[in-house]
Amino acid sequence: MPVQYYIFLSIALFCIGVMGVLMRRNAIIIFMCIELMLNAVNLLLVAFSKMWADAGKVDAGSAQLFVFFIMVVAAAEVAVGLAIITMVYRNTHSVDINILNRLKN
Amino acid sequence: MVLSLVALVSALGVVLSKNPVSSVLCLIVTFFAIAGHYIMLNAQFLAVVHIIVYAGAIMVLFLYVMMLMNLDADIEPQKRNWLKYAGAVSGGALLVVLVAALRDASVPALSESSVEIGLIHNLGKLLFTQYVVPFEISSILFLSAMVGAVVIGKKD
Repeated sequence: MPVQYYIFLSIALFCIGVMGVLMRRNAIIIFMCIELMLNAVNLLLVAFSKMWADAGKVDAGSAQLFVFFIMVVAAAEVAVGLAIITMVYRNTHSVDINILNRLKN
Repeated sequence: MVLSLVALVSALGVVLSKNPVSSVLCLIVTFFAIAGHYIMLNAQFLAVVHIIVYAGAIMVLFLYVMMLMNLDADIEPQKRNWLKYAGAVSGGALLVVLVAALRDASVPALSESSVEIGLIHNLGKLLFTQYVVPFEISSILFLSAMVGAVVIGKKD
């Protein structure tokens, strides 16, 4: 299977994530779309790791551990981000990002 | 091929569904499809970790926060419809640009060889010898994230 297939799949998933971030107003759904974009990039990294390991350029284990550390950081990020969203909801009683424009004026 | 279709359709479901809970469920389906791709790419350990971390932990956290917030009410007033169309058009434009830029890229085909590099035996040995310092640093990161989440979420 050509690696281009994975490239285009990752691009499609990433662009769906971008569309979701731009279209939706709900902070939680925007956060989920960010997760989707992150996973698209992870998939692309794994595909490239297999490509370069087949070519004998890199060690595939190291490349997969890189993706593993990205997942670790993403998990920490989700914990802090959901805490922030919970705090925003407690203060404003909404997760609509349209009311989070107090920095503007 | 079927896995990719499942991933794309459920990713669209995340964006387009009105109910946040169903959008979480669509995201779980997407993550399972991506884990299937990891298995096809000889990254079995990553696939298992992906399912455990994302579908098991993160999505449960999302559902839990949604339960706390009682989002059943329609909290998403769609006043400005043109903004949605602008978002969709710009996302589609990004898709077109990236596909057009990478269509002619010459990359080799992936072999179907089933090497066992992605199993926990090899990755664990590598993780605890060569990458033991980043591993410990990530544990510190988790600790600080945990403390940060508790401090942010604390009622003051």
